[in-house]
Amino acid sequence: MSTDLRDLYQEVILDHSKRPRNFKPMPDANRSAEGYNPLCGDRETVYLKLDGDRVQDVAFQGAGCAISTASASMMTERVKGMTRKEAEELFERFRALITGAKPPVGGGPELEKLEVFSGVREYPVRIKCATLPWHTLKAALNDQGQTVSTELSEGPPAESGGA
Amino acid sequence: MSTATRPAPPARPAYDVERLRRDFPILSRRVHGKPLVYLDNAATTHKPSAVLGTVRTFYEHSYANIHRGVHELSVEASEIYEKARERARAFVNAAEAREIVFVRGTTEGINLVAQTYGRANVGRGDEVLITALEHHSNIVPWQILCEEKGARLKIVPIDERGQVRIDELEKLLSEKTRILAVSHVSNALGTANPVGRIVALAHARGVPVIVDGAQAAPRIPVDVRELDCDFYTFSGHKMYAPTGIGVLYAKAKLLEAMPPYQGGGDMISSVTFEKTTYNILPFKFEAGTPNIAGAVGLAAAMDYLGAIGMDAVEAHEDDLLSYATARLSAIEGLTILGTAEHKAAVVSFTLEGVHPHDIGTVLDREGIAVRTGHHCAQPVMDFFKVPATARASFGLYNTREEVDALARGIEKVQEMFRP
Repeated sequence: MSTDLRDLYQEVILDHSKRPRNFKPMPDANRSAEGYNPLCGDRETVYLKLDGDRVQDVAFQGAGCAISTASASMMTERVKGMTRKEAEELFERFRALITGAKPPVGGGPELEKLEVFSGVREYPVRIKCATLPWHTLKAALNDQGQTVSTELSEGPPAESGGA
Repeated sequence: MSTATRPAPPARPAYDVERLRRDFPILSRRVHGKPLVYLDNAATTHKPSAVLGTVRTFYEHSYANIHRGVHELSVEASEIYEKARERARAFVNAAEAREIVFVRGTTEGINLVAQTYGRANVGRGDEVLITALEHHSNIVPWQILCEEKGARLKIVPIDERGQVRIDELEKLLSEKTRILAVSHVSNALGTANPVGRIVALAHARGVPVIVDGAQAAPRIPVDVRELDCDFYTFSGHKMYAPTGIGVLYAKAKLLEAMPPYQGGGDMISSVTFEKTTYNILPFKFEAGTPNIAGAVGLAAAMDYLGAIGMDAVEAHEDDLLSYATARLSAIEGLTILGTAEHKAAVVSFTLEGVHPHDIGTVLDREGIAVRTGHHCAQPVMDFFKVPATARASFGLYNTREEVDALARGIEKVQEMFRP
């Protein structure tokens, strides 16, 4: 396998995509949101148990590509116990990492293990796969109660046309 | 001279794919350090030097606006443009050149028919019939029309092999049906529909038929008079011609009765503020300055295909289809979607445990271009209960070796995503 593919599909990412953590329904969730990526046809649901402003528990379900599944899995591990503000700050940092943008100044949690997604930067069409779970998490945190589409966020337009 | 027996010379020159490949400059480039293996021909095709050169020569020697000036360049450009129309007439064997309307592509061809013939003939309570195989461009224009008119869109189902259910089609053709829209070849699955038979069934009920020929025109010989369809539309860019040009064929008597599509220059014969008289066919449907050079390029592509012979192109692609089907079917965990008895060279597939998008990324790094996604046919994906597929679609320049490269690429994908 070529080295650059390994930059994208790092062992940790492959492991999480094959054995996603917190991949389960959450019947007692008090928040949830559905994310949709028209490029892959992926849909995934993020469930939250919010205690005041703090993420007490988080889980997800759905079908997605390896990048979006691993991103969701590692996101749920990382944001458990965080406040809404911390989770949103982490998303901004994560987004900066994979788009190659300047990281946001100021505090907030470090990326830590999420650094493995830095290879996504070299695959612009896959950025949305990595951010889908985060957009969905944000929607659940803010109780938007509707499907969020990656097409309403960053990047070039994904598949809506062509043959 | 040897007296040993020699094999009889073939009746026609053998299909020399290596020679044809040299006609396409882009095929010699490398992608991610690997030779390009371009298997996304159902999305768009590459352009041979003959097409590129003809367009360039036209711009360098004969270009001006058409149907407008008395000056020499305008006269030449008009002649070349109308010769392109005649070339398109011959390509689909239409009766008359005025039955050929140049459009931007298949999408515009379908929208033109929906917005002119459709608006004039579909009313409240009427029905428009399409099939479950259609590309979004043969669904949405009819939805817009039905919504505007209070008409109903009816869908002919497909079977598990991805074939249109002709028995259901017969049942759904009713006295309320005003038009039937069907693809000649499915872009998502490759199914080749029995259009001649479908047209005969529809005509027996007095229903006109529009055929989406986007995938058929580059792959199989098309004869609109033999099909007896009322409308047939296709895109240049999928048949080795430039983007932004396509053809709508329609029977003259229908075009004459239809209201115009867009208003503007060239589509009129006289204008006063009180009344406008529309131009004769086909100019009534070509408002504004058309894609003149595109039409010239399209005619060059038709000449190119004509020189090879559409029968030969079809035979070559059939061989690739059989080979690819056998080669890919042998891969464990690979499922081919769309196994119609009559198919064109499109192989849509899924791989157990691997998302199509990951297949696409890994293949891309091998220099192999395939399409992944819903192929603008979400209802087809829903029917097979998959969010997406990977799709290899072949063109006249593809080879069996490229099929082998695809198969090796898929094995790499499996290696990476092995559970």
